[in-house]
Amino acid sequence: MTWTSLNAGIAYPEIFLLIAACAILLIDVFVSDAKRGITHGLTLAALAVTGAILYSGYIPQRVTAFSGQFVADPMAAWAKGGILIGVALALIYGRSYAAARQMYRGELYTLTLFATLGMMIMTSAINFLLLYVGLELLSLSLYALVALRRDSANATEAAMKYFVLGALASGMLLYGMSMVYGATGSLDVVIIAQKIATQAANPTLLVFGLVFIVAGIAFKLGAVPFHMWVPDVYQGAPTPIAQLIGTAPKLAAFAFVMRLLAEALGLAGIDLSQIRQQPMLLPSWSSMLMVLAVASLVIGNLAAIAQTNIKRMFAYSTISHMGFLLLGILVANEVGYSASFFYAFTYVLTAAAGFGMVQLLSREGFEADTIDAFKGLAKRSPWFAFMMLMVLFSMAGIPVFVGFFAKLSVLQALLNHAVLVPGVDGAGIDIDHSGLVWVAVVAVLMSLVGAFYYLRVVKVMFFDEPTDTAPISACWDVRIILSLNCLLLLALGLVPGYLLAKLGEAVKLSSLVLF
Amino acid sequence: MTGNLLSLAIWLPILAGLVVLAIGGGQRSNIARWGSLLGALASFLVTIPLYTGFDVLNGGMQFVELKPWIETYNINYSLGVDGISVWFVLLNSFTTLMVILAGWQVIEQRVSVYNAAFLIMSGLINGAFAAQDAILFYCFFEAMLIPMYLIIGIWGGPNRVYASFKFFLYTLLGSLLTLVAFIYLHYQSNGSFAVADFAGLHLTLKEQSLLLVAFFFAFAVKVPMWPVHTWLPDAHVEAPTGGSMVLAAITLKLGAYGFLRFALPIAPDACREYAWVFVLFSLIAVVYIGMVALVQTDMKKLVAYSSISHMGFVTLGFFMMGGLNHNELNSWAVEGAIAQMISHGFVSAAMFFCIGVMYDRVHSRKIADYGGVANKMPIFAAFFMLFAMANSGLPGTSGFSGEFLVILGAVQVNFWYAVAGATTLIFGAAYTLWMYKRVIFGDVGNHHVEELKDVNAREFLVLAVLAVTVLGMGLYPKLFVDLMHVSVNDLIWHVSQSKLPQ
Repeated sequence: MTWTSLNAGIAYPEIFLLIAACAILLIDVFVSDAKRGITHGLTLAALAVTGAILYSGYIPQRVTAFSGQFVADPMAAWAKGGILIGVALALIYGRSYAAARQMYRGELYTLTLFATLGMMIMTSAINFLLLYVGLELLSLSLYALVALRRDSANATEAAMKYFVLGALASGMLLYGMSMVYGATGSLDVVIIAQKIATQAANPTLLVFGLVFIVAGIAFKLGAVPFHMWVPDVYQGAPTPIAQLIGTAPKLAAFAFVMRLLAEALGLAGIDLSQIRQQPMLLPSWSSMLMVLAVASLVIGNLAAIAQTNIKRMFAYSTISHMGFLLLGILVANEVGYSASFFYAFTYVLTAAAGFGMVQLLSREGFEADTIDAFKGLAKRSPWFAFMMLMVLFSMAGIPVFVGFFAKLSVLQALLNHAVLVPGVDGAGIDIDHSGLVWVAVVAVLMSLVGAFYYLRVVKVMFFDEPTDTAPISACWDVRIILSLNCLLLLALGLVPGYLLAKLGEAVKLSSLVLF
Repeated sequence: MTGNLLSLAIWLPILAGLVVLAIGGGQRSNIARWGSLLGALASFLVTIPLYTGFDVLNGGMQFVELKPWIETYNINYSLGVDGISVWFVLLNSFTTLMVILAGWQVIEQRVSVYNAAFLIMSGLINGAFAAQDAILFYCFFEAMLIPMYLIIGIWGGPNRVYASFKFFLYTLLGSLLTLVAFIYLHYQSNGSFAVADFAGLHLTLKEQSLLLVAFFFAFAVKVPMWPVHTWLPDAHVEAPTGGSMVLAAITLKLGAYGFLRFALPIAPDACREYAWVFVLFSLIAVVYIGMVALVQTDMKKLVAYSSISHMGFVTLGFFMMGGLNHNELNSWAVEGAIAQMISHGFVSAAMFFCIGVMYDRVHSRKIADYGGVANKMPIFAAFFMLFAMANSGLPGTSGFSGEFLVILGAVQVNFWYAVAGATTLIFGAAYTLWMYKRVIFGDVGNHHVEELKDVNAREFLVLAVLAVTVLGMGLYPKLFVDLMHVSVNDLIWHVSQSKLPQ
C-alpha cells in the first residue's frame, strides 16, 4: 500500500489543514499574548491555503481514496469552500470580541482549526466510522470552544448542556449505525447502498437503524423535537463561537446527511419492484424528515417571536431554517438536494453576517446580545443599519435578497415532486405526494410568522431612538468584510443564477442518487 | 434607445435613490431634495416616450425586453407593457414627482432616506407593472414592501409601528401564497415562468379555484377588498402624506392590476364560477364602506375608507360577467374600471395632499378641529373643492367617466348590481361633501384656523398639476380609453375562452 495506491492526493486539503493546525499549536506556544495577531494571521492563512489547494485540486467528478473510505466530489468541494469561508468569517468578526474577554488565546485558533478539519472530513467520508470520527472531531472541539471563557457561568452552563445532549445524539447515531451494520454487514456507504438495492438487507433492522440515525442527525441539525440545546448554546456561548456553531457546521451537516441518507440509505423502504415505473418514489426517511421539518418550522418561528435576546432569536430562527433545509432533502432527488445545498450555503453567509453585526456592536464590558442593543442603530450608524436590514430581510426571505431565492428553490423542489408525481398508490409508501403542496403552503405561512420577528429588529433599528450612544469601535477590516458580506447577500439575490447553477451541477456530478 | 425604455423606467429611479442616499446624508438636506427632484423628474421624462411611442392598434406587449436571468429555473428578465399597464407606469412616475414635491419642507428628519425610499419604491412599482415573468413580478411586488414599511414606520404618526407591521404582514401573507401558485403553474407549463404561458394553460376547475384563492389573497389584500381591507385605514392614517399618496394612488392599483394580469386570464373558469363572490364583496365595499366613511371623524381615515369604496367599484367592473352565457366580461365595465383606477390615482393623491397641507399647518386630522378654512385659505379651498367633487364623481371630473362606464356595464349585466353600485354616487357625495362643508365652510372654528396661511408656490404647483390632470381626464377621457381599448378587448377574449382541459 503506497501513497499513490491510496490516492491520498485528493485529501491534500485535509492533510495540509492537519499539519497547519499542529504547526500553529506549536508556534502559538512561543507567541506572547501581545503578539497573538501572529496566530490569528497564520490561522487565516492556513484556511486560505487550504482553500487554494481545494480549488486547484477540483475534479468535476467523484473520486475515492483510502480504499473507498474517502471521497472527493464536487459537492464536497463546494461544501468545504463554504465551510472555510464560514470559519474564516467567524474568526475575523470575533477577533476583537475575543480579545476583550480573555478568549484571545491559541486554543481558540487550534480548536477552531480542528473543528474545521472535522467538518471537512464529515463532507468527504463515505464510511460510517469515518463519518462518525469527523463528527466527533467537530463536536468535541466545539464543546471546548463553548467553554473557552472558563469564568463565565453562562458559557460553562451552555458547554455542559451542549456536551451532554451532543453526547446523547452521538450515542443515538452510533447505535443507528451499528444496526445498519447489522442489517447490511458493512460500514461502507457504497456497499450498504448496494445491499439495500439488491434487497440483501434485513428491512426491519434497517428501519430501526434508520430511525436512530435520523434522530441523531436531527439532534445535530437542531430540528424539533431535538432542538432544546440550540437556544441555550447560542445564548450562552461567546458570540464568535455561537457564530462558528451556527454557520459552517450547517453545511457540514448537510453533506453528512447526504452521505448517510441520500447515498447509503437512499433506497431504504422503497419497493424496488416499483422503482422502474415510478422513479420518484420517496425513501422511508422522507416522511420522518417531513415531520421534523414541519415541526421545526412551526416551533422555531413561533418561539422566536417571544425572544428578547437576539442570539436566542437567531437560535430559533436557525431551527426554522433547518426545517426549510430538511424540506429540500426530503424530496430525495437531485432537484431537492441542490435546493437544500443552495439553502445551506447561503444560510452560512447570512447567519455569519447576522452574528457579525452582534459582535460589531459589542465592546469591552458590553454584550450587544439583546434586541434592544440595536435600538436606533439607523441614527448611530446608518450604513450598518442598512447592512443589518439586508441580513434580516434576507433571513425573512424577502426578495431581492438571496434568502428569497433559497426559499424559492426549496419550494420549487417540493412542488416539482408534487406536480410531476401526483398521487402514488399501491407502492407501499406512507406519503401522499400531493401532500407536499400543503407542506409548501405551511412553509410559506410560517415564513410569514418569521417575517414578524425579523421586522421587529428592523423596527428597533429604524423606528426607535438610540439608548446606547457609544460609537461603533470596530476595526476597519471587520467593517469592510462585514459590509462585503452583507452586500454579497444583495448581489447573490440580484444574480443568483451562477451559484444556483454551480451548486446544482455539483450535486449532479457527485452522483448522490442511485436511480 | 426604445429597446431599454422600461429598464430605464425601473432602474433610473432606483439609481437616483441610491445616489441621493449616498450624497444627501447628514446635514445636506437640500442636496437630497434637489437631487431627488431631479431624479424623479428624469424618471418621469423617460416614461413619456412609452406614451408617445405606443402603438394603439397593438393589443400585445410593447417595448419588450427579454434576457435570461436565472437559467436554472428558466426565470427571465422579461419586461413589456400593454395598453393597460402603460398607464400605471406613467401614473406612478408622475405621482413620485408629486410626492417629492409634497414632502419638500414637511420632512426635516433624514430627508435623503425619505426621498430615496420613494424613488426606489417608484422603480420597484414600475418593475411590477412591467414584469412579464411571474418571479420577476413577485420580486418587485414584494420588494416594494420594504421602502413602504420604512416610510410608515419612520415618518408616520403616533401609532406608526402597529400600522407598519400590519401593512407588511398583511401584504406578505397574500403574496406568499401566490408564490406557491406561481411555482405550481411553472410546472404545469413545462418549466416556464412567463405570464403569457400561464395564460395559455388548461387547468381543471379545482386547480383554477385554488389558484384563484391564492391570487385573491395576494391581490384582494392589496386592493383592498372587503373583508381584508382593515390594514388600509391604519396604514393611511399613520403614513406621512407622501406615503398615503403613493399607497392610494399606486399600490392599491397594483392589486387590481394583478387581477387583470393573473387571476382573470389564468383562471377564467373559476372567475366565472365565483364571480358572484367578487361582486358581492365589491358591493359590500361600495355600500357598507361608503357608510363607514360617512361616520369618520378623522379626515385621512375618511379618505382611506373612500378609497376602499372606490376600489370596490373597480373590482365590481372586473367581474361583470355578461354576454349570452354569462361568460364574457363587459367591455364597458372593464374599461370603466381601469379608467376609475387611473382617476382614483390622481384624485386620491390630491385628496391626501390636501389633507397633508392642512395637517402641516394645524397638526390635526380631526374634522372637528377645523371649520371655516375657506376664510383663510381661499385658493386652497377652491382646489380642494375640485378634488372633493372629483372624489364624489361629478361629471366633468375624472371621477365621473370611470364610474359612469362601470354602471353602464353593470346595467347590461344585472340591473340590481347597477343599482347597488350606483349608490356610491350618493354615498361618495355625502361623505366627501359633508366633510368638505365641516372643514372648509362656516365660521372660523378656532385660533389654529385663524392663523392659517394660504398655499405657497410649491403647494400651488402640486395642486395645479393635479387639478389639470383631474379635469383633463374628466373632459377628454378618450385620450386614456383609446390606448387601452385593444388590450382590453384582448383580455376579454382571453377570459371568454374556457381554459378547462378538453
